[in-house]
Amino acid sequence: MVNIPSSINDPIPAAEVEDVELYHPHSWWTTYVFSQDAKVIAIQYSLTAISIGLVALVLSWLMRLQLAFPGVFTFIDADRYYQFITMHGMIMVIYLLTALFLGGFGNYLIPLMLGARDMVFPYANMLSYWIYLLAVLVLVAGFFVPGGPTGAGWTLYPPQAVLSGTPGGQDWGIILMLSSLILFIIGFTMGGLNYVVTVLQGRARGMTLMRMPLTIWGIFTATVMALLAFPALFVASVMMLFDRVLGTSFFMPAIVEMGTQLQHGGGSPILFQHLFWFFGHPEVYIVALPAFGIVSDLISVHARKNIFGYRMMVWAIVIIGALSFVVWAHHMYVSGMNPNFGFFFATTTLIIAVPTAIKVYNWVLTLWRGDIHLTIPMLFALGFIVTFVNGGLTGLFLGNVVVDVPLSDTMFVVAHFHMVMGVAPIMVIFGAIYHWYPKITGRMLDETMGRIHFWVTFLGAYLIFFPMHYLGLLGAPRRYYELGESVVNPPSAHDLNIFITLMALTVGAAQVLFLFNAAWSLRRGKDAGGNPWRATTLEWQTPTTPPPHGNFGKELPVVYRWAYDYSVPGAPEDFIPQNEPDPENRSREHAS
Amino acid sequence: MAVVLILAFVAVASVLFHLLSPWWWTPIASNWQYIDNTIIITFWITGFVFVAVVLFVAYCVLRFRHKPGNRAHYEPENRKLEFWLATVTTIGVVAMLAPGLFVWDRFVNVPSDATEVEVVGQQWLWSFRLPGANGKLGTSETRDITAENPLGVNKNDSAGLDDIIIQGGELHLPIGKPVKMVLRSIDVLHDFYVPEFRAKMDMVPGMVTYFWITPTRTGTFEVLCAELCGVGHPQMRGTVVVDNEADYQTWLQQQQTFTQMMAASGEPQTAQ
Repeated sequence: MVNIPSSINDPIPAAEVEDVELYHPHSWWTTYVFSQDAKVIAIQYSLTAISIGLVALVLSWLMRLQLAFPGVFTFIDADRYYQFITMHGMIMVIYLLTALFLGGFGNYLIPLMLGARDMVFPYANMLSYWIYLLAVLVLVAGFFVPGGPTGAGWTLYPPQAVLSGTPGGQDWGIILMLSSLILFIIGFTMGGLNYVVTVLQGRARGMTLMRMPLTIWGIFTATVMALLAFPALFVASVMMLFDRVLGTSFFMPAIVEMGTQLQHGGGSPILFQHLFWFFGHPEVYIVALPAFGIVSDLISVHARKNIFGYRMMVWAIVIIGALSFVVWAHHMYVSGMNPNFGFFFATTTLIIAVPTAIKVYNWVLTLWRGDIHLTIPMLFALGFIVTFVNGGLTGLFLGNVVVDVPLSDTMFVVAHFHMVMGVAPIMVIFGAIYHWYPKITGRMLDETMGRIHFWVTFLGAYLIFFPMHYLGLLGAPRRYYELGESVVNPPSAHDLNIFITLMALTVGAAQVLFLFNAAWSLRRGKDAGGNPWRATTLEWQTPTTPPPHGNFGKELPVVYRWAYDYSVPGAPEDFIPQNEPDPENRSREHAS
Repeated sequence: MAVVLILAFVAVASVLFHLLSPWWWTPIASNWQYIDNTIIITFWITGFVFVAVVLFVAYCVLRFRHKPGNRAHYEPENRKLEFWLATVTTIGVVAMLAPGLFVWDRFVNVPSDATEVEVVGQQWLWSFRLPGANGKLGTSETRDITAENPLGVNKNDSAGLDDIIIQGGELHLPIGKPVKMVLRSIDVLHDFYVPEFRAKMDMVPGMVTYFWITPTRTGTFEVLCAELCGVGHPQMRGTVVVDNEADYQTWLQQQQTFTQMMAASGEPQTAQ
């Protein structure tokens, strides 16, 4: 479909490729509801993900209230507490972060940044969203069935997940959870194939792979990983569903439950953990890589400087993606698997630190000698660097097998993964929303509200999770409804828990301000124009803002240069759009 | 300017918090001082990197924030710098990993003179089994569990008849002697966790897991469950007492054997 020059020095052929035929909507329903336009689907994905994310936020408040004031809120009993933590975790990881980064940002940015009219399979793309919505509804249904949602913890470890000692284990909860996951994976696969094929086949003329913005590299690599990792969760969910509904024993050994011999026998609980983490660890990077990519572009645009070491950044993304498939059992150092695995998995895990550190260096070296505009997206990018470095470094504790032994299953783990895959990627999500909102709506978000939102969210989240590590170091185990009297719960630790809860309530309240800003600016925000940040990438070069169906008007853009021509010496402006011809071959790759 | 100050404050305050925080690990009561040492090494290396990166970012914002007429420097890559940063990072990683793997090697290799002690987890209770006079634990099987034989000890295995069974009571361990904790569960996952011992391991129905320690300090320690095991998870507590040898022997003499337990429940013996 598109001729890519075989060498980057080849002249770019004239426009001779036939344009794609798009499905043009005929009614309000096909324009806004059953739309096949990736941009509309992106907004549907994002709004759904953010809505369910707000549910997870409220659940986190409830669990924090219990931890700070045990017994005061009587409706939070032990059953409900475990249901809240389970639903909070699963919603945040799968239904918010994965769906928002890939379904939301992926759908919006892939066609626009690559100079395509739309995704290559618009109909499957639409189906992907509706199946995702169905998965969310099935998940939420758990709150309304007898017994409530599952309280097995987001890792759903059997045998407890399907036994009566766990909320929802012998009721509807676990069945709905597993069904919802299966639906999510089906829906994601439809969307994911779309993203991959569009990146490989749908790029504008001249958009070589090594000219793609890092945002697209991050989303693309994460999608490939998700397509490889989610099947493991899929089979694990199907097998556990069979164990629960049909009485099979994939994960169920001989068990005496409360004095009764069960009919199960011969299954392996550890097998589930291997399948779960074969998905679960890549999942961390499925969330992190799009964040890495997006934050690279935010830093570059708002520091008016090319991303430092672009090629190294691309390879780091690819290498991290590949390595993340051989580290899964670092979640299982104390699971009872053969302890000799520890040598292998600790080594692979710590090797990942090297490409990850290179990414951090390149972000801060992009700031070095830049022209830093402290816009809201830049502030969130700085917040990301601080929280990601913090959370990444504590990963070196938990990845180093013997250090993990005392810390595993403690609050240290909770603090670590919230910092690194909760706070840090969410910083990027907010930065990205402030950055692209003007393209999506044609208006700027309000600056003052944005600054308040940033500082409360960043400092508040840091104050929640940084001290929490020390509760884990002290020895406080995670997933305790109440710790009560214990050597690991001195009165000072209880005071700290109250402080953390107050911070959590504050940070949560700040999100209301963000939602208000997003709604208010839709009508009242400053007019953004087509390219308010003076950025080089193609989504900012559309003829109208917001971009129409088909994105680019009559002519698709032709790409002549990489995405990072900022502050090029001798250029009249401090940015040169990717579709600006480069007659003197000044762009970086021609020179090198 | 506010951004610079706040970033610098985050770095400095984090270090101060670390140094002044009252929340630190419990005094150790086992031989795994090595683990604590590895954690200290990791704190030093990661703490240095964290402070360096955050202060560098703060400096960049201070020095290179936008002023009218400013223009960024154009430098797409610098292979020499990237190479050196990657090399230094690799050295830092090796400095943490090497001692970690060295200690792990000790952790997985149980000394040959270690005594076996079995811990059995169930919702939501700890039970223990110690070898009797013959120094060996008999075999056991989840399928053999009955109301009279709650741990499923094999009645046909003579090695198990003198095993000492402690159901829901305290476990005592002698100080200074290596002990291999053999871990079983009869229902769901549990995890035998004594914060002062540093070591912990999941207990998995259908298989036997283990870790080993040498208690180094007498005292009474709390056992917590560290793997979510249902709604009773937080209530699943137990007690381990580390005794000197004389106290340990006194305690041991008061415990009942498997044979005595079966006799008390009136079930006939089947082994010779």
